[in-house]
Amino acid sequence: MIEFIADKYNFWIAIVLMMIGFYAIIAKHNLVKKVIGLNIFQTSVFLFYISISKVNGGTAPIIWHPEGHAEVVYDNPLPHVLILTAIVVSVSVTAVALGIIVKLYKNYGSIEEDEIKLIEHNEPELDSK
Amino acid sequence: MEMIQSLTPVYAVLVSLIAIIPIYLSRNNPNLREFWTILAAIVKFIIVLSLIPPLINGHTVGINLFEILPGISFGFRVDSLGLIFALMASFLWILTSFYSIGYMRSLKEHNQTRYFVCFAGSLSATIGAAFAANLFTMYIFYEALTLFTYPLIAHEETDEAFRGARIYLIYLLGTSIAFLLPAIIGTYLAAGSLEFVNGGLLAATASKGLSSTFLVVLFALFILGIAKAAIMPLHSWLPNAMVAPTPVSALLHAVAVVKMGVFVVLRVVLYVFGIDLMSALGIGTFLAYFASFTILLASIIALRQDNIKARLAYSTISQLSYIVVGVSLLSLSGVKGSILHIVVHAFSKITLFFWAGAMAVGAHKKYVSQLSGIAKKMPVSMAIFTVGALSLIGLPPFSGFLSKWYLLKGSLEAGLVPIAFVFMISSFLNACYFLPIIYIAYFGKISPEDEKDSHIKEAPKMMLVPMCITATMVILIFFFPGIVTSLIDLALNGIF
Amino acid sequence: MIDFFTTHAPVLTIVVFIFGALLAPVFGRINNSLSYYCALITTALSFVLSVYLLFSVYNNAPLEYFLGGWKPPYGIEYRVDILNSFILSVVSFVSFLSVIYGYGSIKSEIYEKRHPAFYSVYLLFIGGMMGILITNDIFNMYVFLEITSLAGYALIAMGRTRYSYMASFNYLILGSVGATFFLIGIGYLYMQTGTLNLTDLAQRLQGHFDTNVVLVAIAFIVVGLMLKMAVFPLHFWLPDAYTYSPSVISAAMAGTSTKVAAYLLIRLMYTIFGIQAGFSGINFSGIIIVIASITILAGSIIAISQTDLKKMLAFSSIGQIGYILIGTAMVNKYAFAGGLLHILNHAMMKTALFMVAGGFFYKFTSTKINDLKGMGRQMPFASAMFLILSLSMVGIPLTVGFISKWYIILGAAQSGYWIVVPVILLSSLLTAIYFGRVVHNLFFKDSEASNTGILHAKIPYSMVSSTAVLVFLCIFFGVFAYMPVEISLKAAENIIGAMPWK
Repeated sequence: MIEFIADKYNFWIAIVLMMIGFYAIIAKHNLVKKVIGLNIFQTSVFLFYISISKVNGGTAPIIWHPEGHAEVVYDNPLPHVLILTAIVVSVSVTAVALGIIVKLYKNYGSIEEDEIKLIEHNEPELDSK
Repeated sequence: MEMIQSLTPVYAVLVSLIAIIPIYLSRNNPNLREFWTILAAIVKFIIVLSLIPPLINGHTVGINLFEILPGISFGFRVDSLGLIFALMASFLWILTSFYSIGYMRSLKEHNQTRYFVCFAGSLSATIGAAFAANLFTMYIFYEALTLFTYPLIAHEETDEAFRGARIYLIYLLGTSIAFLLPAIIGTYLAAGSLEFVNGGLLAATASKGLSSTFLVVLFALFILGIAKAAIMPLHSWLPNAMVAPTPVSALLHAVAVVKMGVFVVLRVVLYVFGIDLMSALGIGTFLAYFASFTILLASIIALRQDNIKARLAYSTISQLSYIVVGVSLLSLSGVKGSILHIVVHAFSKITLFFWAGAMAVGAHKKYVSQLSGIAKKMPVSMAIFTVGALSLIGLPPFSGFLSKWYLLKGSLEAGLVPIAFVFMISSFLNACYFLPIIYIAYFGKISPEDEKDSHIKEAPKMMLVPMCITATMVILIFFFPGIVTSLIDLALNGIF
Repeated sequence: MIDFFTTHAPVLTIVVFIFGALLAPVFGRINNSLSYYCALITTALSFVLSVYLLFSVYNNAPLEYFLGGWKPPYGIEYRVDILNSFILSVVSFVSFLSVIYGYGSIKSEIYEKRHPAFYSVYLLFIGGMMGILITNDIFNMYVFLEITSLAGYALIAMGRTRYSYMASFNYLILGSVGATFFLIGIGYLYMQTGTLNLTDLAQRLQGHFDTNVVLVAIAFIVVGLMLKMAVFPLHFWLPDAYTYSPSVISAAMAGTSTKVAAYLLIRLMYTIFGIQAGFSGINFSGIIIVIASITILAGSIIAISQTDLKKMLAFSSIGQIGYILIGTAMVNKYAFAGGLLHILNHAMMKTALFMVAGGFFYKFTSTKINDLKGMGRQMPFASAMFLILSLSMVGIPLTVGFISKWYIILGAAQSGYWIVVPVILLSSLLTAIYFGRVVHNLFFKDSEASNTGILHAKIPYSMVSSTAVLVFLCIFFGVFAYMPVEISLKAAENIIGAMPWK
């Protein structure tokens, strides 16, 4: 059992991070905390991608020709590239989310989800700022 | 039988649909608006009449307009069964139009334009169903009629009217989507086509080894789906729809809605399943017993109704089942009587409803118990009522006698003696709920208030004349049954 | 010149959007209306290209286009077959009509200075969807999915009410979670096979369907996409998003975005997971059919209790997505064609319905069902269109709604999924109830004093004409259904007939 956990520690880390993020998304009412949760959630996936690109005995995927080594084993570079794209996406999502939060704060004076819903319930249908 | 390609049936359907435009446009000029209605009604009747000669010569007239999906087309085919229905409907539309004008103007109803628009639309749907060449086309017009009549029933726009209209819509739309549509799909899966075939569409393909359970379930779905035929337990929309103005009730009960229901039953029994398949499966007898239950129960309920229109409504439910029983006897006379009863009941019942409207307009009476001695003030109306009522009871010399005669003969031909008894008991019950009205109207004592009330007088001529015409027709058909039966014989030629 | 267009048509369908999105704000600096024409021309161009692609793949073999000349599996491949070119045409057509519609409604609903940005984001939104549809590379799909979602968040936030921001934020959180799930699934698939090209993936996955890695991948992908599709019970973002966004965006989104997510699932189910070949011991079809049935009923039932027209339409959309899923999951030619037809039909109906709702909003700044009393008199044309569309939604023959339901039921009966038939019929009844309520208010109630606040006296022609075109097509394709039916049947044959690893 211990070995099972220890062998796949990279997955476990990803899972734990993912659950932390997921918890924040679902349970927190503060919108900024939700965004932070989303970020943790996405980061866990990035780590997962990076960890699966590791090849046993491999080195960083930069081409080199050391003396005396006929064959060099490289890590798989493709997941790195993919995750670079995913990080860009994640940053943009965060930016948009924070932008929306700013707007929400301007309109409602709060960034707590339940408060916003309450205000909206009491005095709906106002034009946005 | 040779089929003549012709657009005439399409024109017959379109006339009243196109008439909607001028009716709507001339909404600010009632006389012009009514002129369009009458014109469309007359043109429609003439077009339908023009279809008689080719049919007498043994042709059918029709056209396939377009194919919507493979094996499912939108097309018309006029055979004599459809023509009987169309002739009846378009003829009665002319009368009902005049009557409506008189009725609506006397009562100064609101929203008359919507009323006439929907009226024209319903007639298009009726004629469309009469001339439909296949189940699919028929289904479209069946639904269209439901939708066109909804505003008519809700016309008063009171809560009660909306309630009645809502029940009407739920019953008819609900059953047609939940039962009729699956039945049509099942037919398509089994036969690969939806065309009406002499002798039965499914009978032609039944040799492919369709299980009899499947066919019985299919038939049950059809019967449940055609709630317009008002077979119990799917009848209660009809009394609820009584909130509509009287001309609409007349249209519902005599011309369009319920008659379309039984017409579809006829089509399903004769042209989808076919006499042979029906008797092989034994479902004809079952349906006969099932519907005779409705005949008796509805008659008994009618006895207890004080509201004139409710009593007539239950009478309609009972009379419709005559037609269903007649066709499910699967004997020549039975089917003949059944088709004849469509026409006879139409004329008799529209007479009665016209009378009910005349009572509402002329005397503001809505209940049987108020009618005491009314014959003194409204002799013509009561005479007309007597004709219609005696016809429905089945006494000579009124046409109701003819159809009952055939129905009785048919039940004996089929060897179903209990059904013959049902017809007789029901005739007795009919007498029980119609004769008291006649009795109190003629021999009852008129109340002092009514005696003095100068407002109680005969309804306007615009209403009275159509009533007289339908009453005359009730008697005429008895003496000259050939005008109807020759067409019926033509229809049954290919089946028996 | 023509030659250039025809050879590069697959990539051009996306490139036009990227250029359009870049140019719109630039033109906007000169004049606001220039950016409108930029959006109009872009969407029109993409519609022409999509239809060209549809005709060319309908008559010939599927088109393969290698981006930058790199052969797969190394480079990104764009692949056009009948299935995706059909949906491409639908999406570009709806987006084109929405732009026309927007000429009137955007002016009243979005602040003047935001117009250029709006058009730019709108083009990215549509362009992202075109990318999802056309690419044959699973990671590329993820990137386009995020592009379109990001643009979508921004568009919803441009709604007039302040609650639009909240709706947008909720969608952002849930949408990102869904997309991240999709990303995890891709990671697992890559772990198993080392490739991202769909064709290549399909080949390499052969024989590995019972490994846990692939099963986990499938689970993540399906759940992630169902979130994007707003399948019950993952639908929470959708009603608010549709209700509080500008009318144009409600219309365009209802017609496109969930359908594109549905396409994504269909494509992956058939092309790489091989649902048609009896997938690895799990009854994949059965599971999806059950979920879809629940979605259909739940969406319809919740729609009945709504008081806001747009929200009611949104819940109705949730139910209708179920039709698309149920049809395509049955692995039957007719049912698949029915599901595919429903993508087209529902896109037309729901877009038009949201357009009509936008018309009501334009005139009275309200879409509450109770405020619509007596509209039949005040806006007869719009109300009549609403009536026709309602009939189509219920599935009355001679309208498009009937055609797709017919094929789905036919397929269900053929493949023995009898349970589907009562579900569809029941939902038709429920649809009749909730649309009946609105129609009743439109035509049979007298207008109340409270809704006399008329904002605009007259609805602009741009709004009326684009809606009328869709309503006309709803009837036209209901009567002359041949063309779409033929196309979708052929697409169904191609995709069901082809084993994924051959």
